[in-house]
Amino acid sequence: MIRSPAPRLLALVAAVAAAVFAVHAGEITREDLNEKDRARVERVTRPTADFSAAERFERMQAGAATSTKRVNADAFSHPSANLEFSDQQRFLLGNGLFRKEWVSAPSSTQASDGLGPFFNARACQSCHFKDGRGHAPAGPGEEAVSLLVRLSVPPTEEEEKRILAGFLSSVDEPVYGGQLQDFAVAGLRAEGRVRIDYEEVTVPLNGETASLRKPTVSIENPAYGPLRPDTMLSARVATPMIGLGLLEAVDEGDILSREDPDDADGDGISGRARWVRDENGELRIGRFGWKGNAASIKQQAADAFLHDMGLSTPLRPEHWGECTAVEGACRAMPHGAQPQLGAEEVPGDLLDLVTFYSQNLAVPARRDVDDPAVLAGKKVFYESGCAGCHTPKYVTRRDAAVPKLAFQLIWPYTDLLLHDMGDGLADNRPEGSASGREWRTPALWGIGLAKTVNGEATFLHDGRARTLLEAILWHGGEAEAARNEVVEMEKADRDNLIRFLESL
Amino acid sequence: MKLFMTLAAAAFGVSSAYAEEPSAVLATYADIALAGYEDSLETAQSLKTAVEALVTEPSEETLAAARQAWLAARVPYQQTEAYRFGNPIVDEWEGRVNAWPLDEGLIDYVDASYGTESDTNTFYTVNVIANDHVSAGGKTIDASTITPDVLRSLHELGGIEANVATGYHAIEFLLWGQDLNGTGPGAGNRPYTDFDPANCTGGHCERRVQYLTAAADLLVSDLEEMVANWKEDGEARKALLEGDPNAGLTAILTGLGSLSYGELAGERMKLGLLLNDPEEEHDCFSDNTHNSHFYDVLGIRNVYFGSYKLPSGETVEGPSLAALVREKDPALADEMEAKLDATLAAAEALKKRAETVEAYDQMIGEGNAEGNAAVQAVIDGLVDQTRSLERVIAALGLSGVTIEGSDSLDNPDAVFQ
Repeated sequence: MIRSPAPRLLALVAAVAAAVFAVHAGEITREDLNEKDRARVERVTRPTADFSAAERFERMQAGAATSTKRVNADAFSHPSANLEFSDQQRFLLGNGLFRKEWVSAPSSTQASDGLGPFFNARACQSCHFKDGRGHAPAGPGEEAVSLLVRLSVPPTEEEEKRILAGFLSSVDEPVYGGQLQDFAVAGLRAEGRVRIDYEEVTVPLNGETASLRKPTVSIENPAYGPLRPDTMLSARVATPMIGLGLLEAVDEGDILSREDPDDADGDGISGRARWVRDENGELRIGRFGWKGNAASIKQQAADAFLHDMGLSTPLRPEHWGECTAVEGACRAMPHGAQPQLGAEEVPGDLLDLVTFYSQNLAVPARRDVDDPAVLAGKKVFYESGCAGCHTPKYVTRRDAAVPKLAFQLIWPYTDLLLHDMGDGLADNRPEGSASGREWRTPALWGIGLAKTVNGEATFLHDGRARTLLEAILWHGGEAEAARNEVVEMEKADRDNLIRFLESL
Repeated sequence: MKLFMTLAAAAFGVSSAYAEEPSAVLATYADIALAGYEDSLETAQSLKTAVEALVTEPSEETLAAARQAWLAARVPYQQTEAYRFGNPIVDEWEGRVNAWPLDEGLIDYVDASYGTESDTNTFYTVNVIANDHVSAGGKTIDASTITPDVLRSLHELGGIEANVATGYHAIEFLLWGQDLNGTGPGAGNRPYTDFDPANCTGGHCERRVQYLTAAADLLVSDLEEMVANWKEDGEARKALLEGDPNAGLTAILTGLGSLSYGELAGERMKLGLLLNDPEEEHDCFSDNTHNSHFYDVLGIRNVYFGSYKLPSGETVEGPSLAALVREKDPALADEMEAKLDATLAAAEALKKRAETVEAYDQMIGEGNAEGNAAVQAVIDGLVDQTRSLERVIAALGLSGVTIEGSDSLDNPDAVFQ
């Protein structure tokens, strides 16, 4: 049904990238470091083999930016701990914008109107609850508040060339565009309603039984006619906002050194970078979004403004947001751009503030790093192969865009690469160079506090997993072997593994 | 209170003869916190009494008296905001009493322009006063009687920070109603009959009375909790006085800098100017924002000078940060004090303008050059004084002192700088 991208062209992109970065597995070639630092970085990021005690600096998992504030529902809402007062101000201005409820134009508040005409949310934090992750609706009757559905149709040959060159991510559904918006401004009908049905599937484990809920996504009440029959749907929950600036500051070479597209080392794990065009048209690693669709936080923020809220920015200047030319009058509806404030509804200075805010939401310090059960779970994590993709440690670049985030030892537990995650997790909807079976490894830091921040938080791209154990059990494809180890291990080991994850 | 007054006076009497001890400075800081929260509690109790009078005998007069009591309660409370951003106990508690901005549709009826259909905050127009059950996300909250406990469960409902169900601003909305004048003149204008079941306007007057009463009760009990935290053996006082004195001084200065620069100059003032949005106003229903800003500025000075003036006219004072800085570096002390004075002058001018020319939400209106400038002047003062606060931190040798993380092994600065 869906064709995977032509391997030959893909190989070409990878070859170009490899030539640019001249990376060889395991070798640190960072030009931002002097020789002495390179050695220090190599030493400090080497995976541990000693699980008898916590590693040095392990508690401060985001380096000097780590938040040591009290653990409560605000745990994901604090700024990088090492920000200056002046940067704290930029952070708080960004925070004000992040939680701002945008209104439809025209309104008396000219600088905060322009919502829609179609939208999923009125404010960033409507989906990124308390700066944490969203959740999937519990059943077909519940509204999808912090979950949205991406739409695309299979590309033509011509379109596929543009996709492989990184100029196009996917081909929009001709009427509804690239995303379904389930809200619209007054006088316009919303595009439709997202419905999720679940089927419970029992999974026997050594010593216990788990139950997984398998989701089926559909669109109810499509307001502008039926979707094209070959439309591919992919449900996505809002991602947690913490630590993003540090992930942006991870060295490209460090990421590429873990690529192994042909599984040359035979460990069953391949992993390859997603290549996307950044805001300047340069090919760069896509690190953000469930399939790595954005190279920078600014790009990701501009995409979210456009698709989720229908707000234009200098990077995405269409005032009508996701309204397609065939959806009738919505392109002619009033927009919120004011010439005296800038050409877009969200002018560049405001986008910059939201970007800065998103770069500086602090990762909380770990809890119980030296608890024996946590240490035992950490050992299980390493020995089961979880660390094969959930790479524990990095030292960020010396020349990071946010100076306070430079040269920090961080523990995000991600390789930022795409992996085939098997049939169970496949959305069968390719996006750029990512296939319909691939997902970018998400960071795990803070995952133990997901439900402290939002009691309804769920896991994986479409929020199908209600618990961390369920999330592990959904792993397949390249993670199949690690998942099977978790199924077969003693319950006590499995419990320790979860304790370790909860301490992140 | 009396005990502290005596102690403070004694300490002050001899302070000039001896070097200022950091621990004595911290004690003054804690004493002023206690006095400030006690005054906040006292004025909140008066507010509660005024609310009881309003709901017992609704009239123009009792509503006006309740509004006056609310305004009076803001005076000491805003001065205590200088205790935020350095005391974890205060930070954890603060959202319950002073969270803003709020989606008023959660609480009560709102104007049609507020919008109803297209909102992702599923609680945006839930209107607790009109509905005895609130259901969202598969959960139902029984609100058939609106009690303090029900309000607590509604606060930040669904993880949405704008769902503010408790505290000063929820009470403010109930007493004034929405300010529908945009950046034009006028505050909220709720009629007293909204609280009169016999001649009810706005519907559900009995439930509105329940809500207001519960919110006033909750404010009092929340403030009681904070007063206890600063008493002898209170958690906040102990955390400060039993820890490393340098960490305590850092906490004080971090609080002052964070309130000055980020919170007040940034989120509360500059964002409103950037967006020219009357919703970006701290006390937006009552048009009291000029006072809430002014008393924040005053609170910063209280802490720095180690001196707090009670509503009665008496003063709580003791060994101060100001004196400590003067001992170390007289020139820096002059600079710091001049900056604080400049901010105070700008805040006084803003307050005067609000009282005589136009309200704060008009000042931040688009194209109002003079009004914008009055707000900008306070922002400039706050930013400028924070620069000096940073020099004070350096002069006292406090740079790099971590406040909440204490384990030196965990300090990544030790390796990665």
